[in-house]
Amino acid sequence: MSSSAAVQPQMGKSPVSEISRRLRGGDEVAWLITLLFSISVLLVTALLVWELWVGSEPSRAKSGFSFLTSKLWNPVTDEFGAYPFIYGTIVTSVLALAIAVPTGVGAAIYLSELATGKWSDSLTFLVELLAAVPSVIFGLLAMFTLVPMMRETIGPAIKSVFGSLPLFSGPVYGVGYFTAGLVMAIMIFPYIISVSREALMSVPREQREAALALGATKWESTWQIVVPYARLGIIGSVFLAFARALGETMAVTMVIGNDPSVHASLFAPGYTIAAVIANEFTEATGKVYPAALVELGLVLFVLTFILNGLARLLILITTQKGSARA
Amino acid sequence: MTPARAHSAMPQTAMNTSPSEFNHPAQASAQVQTPPAKMRASNVSFHYGTFRALYDVTLEFPANKVTALIGPSGCGKSTFLRSLNRINETIRGARIEGEITLDGEDVLKMDVTGLRRRVGMVFQRPNPFPKSIFENVAYGVRVNGLASRSELPDIVEKSLRRAALWDEVRDKLHESAHALSGGQQQRLCIARGLAVEPEVLLLDEPCSALDPIATAKIEDLLVAIKDQCTIVIVTHNMQQAARVADNTGFFLLGRLIEHDRTDVIFKNPSKKETEDYITGRFG
Repeated sequence: MSSSAAVQPQMGKSPVSEISRRLRGGDEVAWLITLLFSISVLLVTALLVWELWVGSEPSRAKSGFSFLTSKLWNPVTDEFGAYPFIYGTIVTSVLALAIAVPTGVGAAIYLSELATGKWSDSLTFLVELLAAVPSVIFGLLAMFTLVPMMRETIGPAIKSVFGSLPLFSGPVYGVGYFTAGLVMAIMIFPYIISVSREALMSVPREQREAALALGATKWESTWQIVVPYARLGIIGSVFLAFARALGETMAVTMVIGNDPSVHASLFAPGYTIAAVIANEFTEATGKVYPAALVELGLVLFVLTFILNGLARLLILITTQKGSARA
Repeated sequence: MTPARAHSAMPQTAMNTSPSEFNHPAQASAQVQTPPAKMRASNVSFHYGTFRALYDVTLEFPANKVTALIGPSGCGKSTFLRSLNRINETIRGARIEGEITLDGEDVLKMDVTGLRRRVGMVFQRPNPFPKSIFENVAYGVRVNGLASRSELPDIVEKSLRRAALWDEVRDKLHESAHALSGGQQQRLCIARGLAVEPEVLLLDEPCSALDPIATAKIEDLLVAIKDQCTIVIVTHNMQQAARVADNTGFFLLGRLIEHDRTDVIFKNPSKKETEDYITGRFG
């Protein structure tokens, strides 16, 4: 400790110089600054909730809890119900997950476990590039390619097989829940790959080798040991993707059909919370209309909040049961 | 260098305590009385990309003996051990030359999962799977389809007993393996390896992360199980080699410098490098 020798002579000096010496050491300063930064995050969140709460007051006063269950959305008569939007948001997000989770996790397994060196690196680079594409670009792409494709080939093909199910009944317009879910799936796909791949790569080499050394094949070691070991990270990637899907606005607005009603068929047009806020806020007049949109924002916030809570809970449960280290 | 070949042909006389002494009288004076080699490596060279880690290593592992591989860090002893069950193949750019046999069969041409079933391995750091104690031990049996479901509890118990862990875990078989202490985890990994009844057990510095008491338990265990399998142990700890091994090989810079009975290596090494290492002049 060479510094202690330099510090010694200062000990007898005034308290002020002692304080300045301590401050130069940085511990307290660093503590204070980093504390301020982390508090600012809390502050912003609190402010957000406050704004949403206050802003939605007229709407809450008018509809109360029936806001959540009412299917009616009529700006002319000032009647607003969130149900079609909540329904649309959840249906499209779940659909997106149903498509993107198996493919994304599969691709992550390929990239981290099976693909070799340069090939894996370049594919990963492309995947990460995909994650950086702005959502409006995906929206455009979907409008010009996916929507007609949906209407002319994919939709009729699915209908010819599952047409009897209410889930796939009715005409195929091209825009609708299914198309929106598909676009969302494409958009969250790189997130799932990227985070799952990281989780898989962080599984210690010894785990793989332990399985191989017992006579497991490469795939057995991957599927039975590596993937379960990384499951927390994989679950994390799924929830990250879910949160992103819930809030996805631009691309969805462009392909969902913007119809504030509830349909059983996935081919029917619908609406999501984020899409309706983006579409109607500039035109919302009066007192209750904008407040209803703000309340929708509050609903989305709460939805995300509940989802995160569920994710935590799931992680807690699986950790206790399977005892994985994070 | 070719001393390795010469030494491998030396009589592999058993130490006094070895049970196989009965089969191979101690007064070995001719090569005829050499115990049969369970595994044999001939002129094994190993490359990681452009780096050559092993130079023409020739070494035999007599059945039901403990062979220790000692040497300073980076001398290639772990690489050599890890080529015996071909686990090094999973490393990118790894390449092996030479011949390795198990009961006379060419290891490099064998089905690799079958080989690894017969040649088990315990790693430097305890690496139990994030599963229950029971599932850890049962994994190898399950994955190889060696036993029916109803036989598993017996196999698990037997393996844990052999690894001297049964009494400590019998009441918590279905609890997480990660709740065990480091020494217990390492014995669990040994039990996991023993469950598939390997013919050879490779140990890569199995005690380097453990305290002396846990180390002593594992050493006792190795001596106890060698009548059932052939053991090869890589160790940094020369006292450990002296305590557990019947034979010892000394590696330096990717070469096998000397290989002989453990007491000969430690008391009367024939190479200067060995003597320097043993007496602590380097390494």
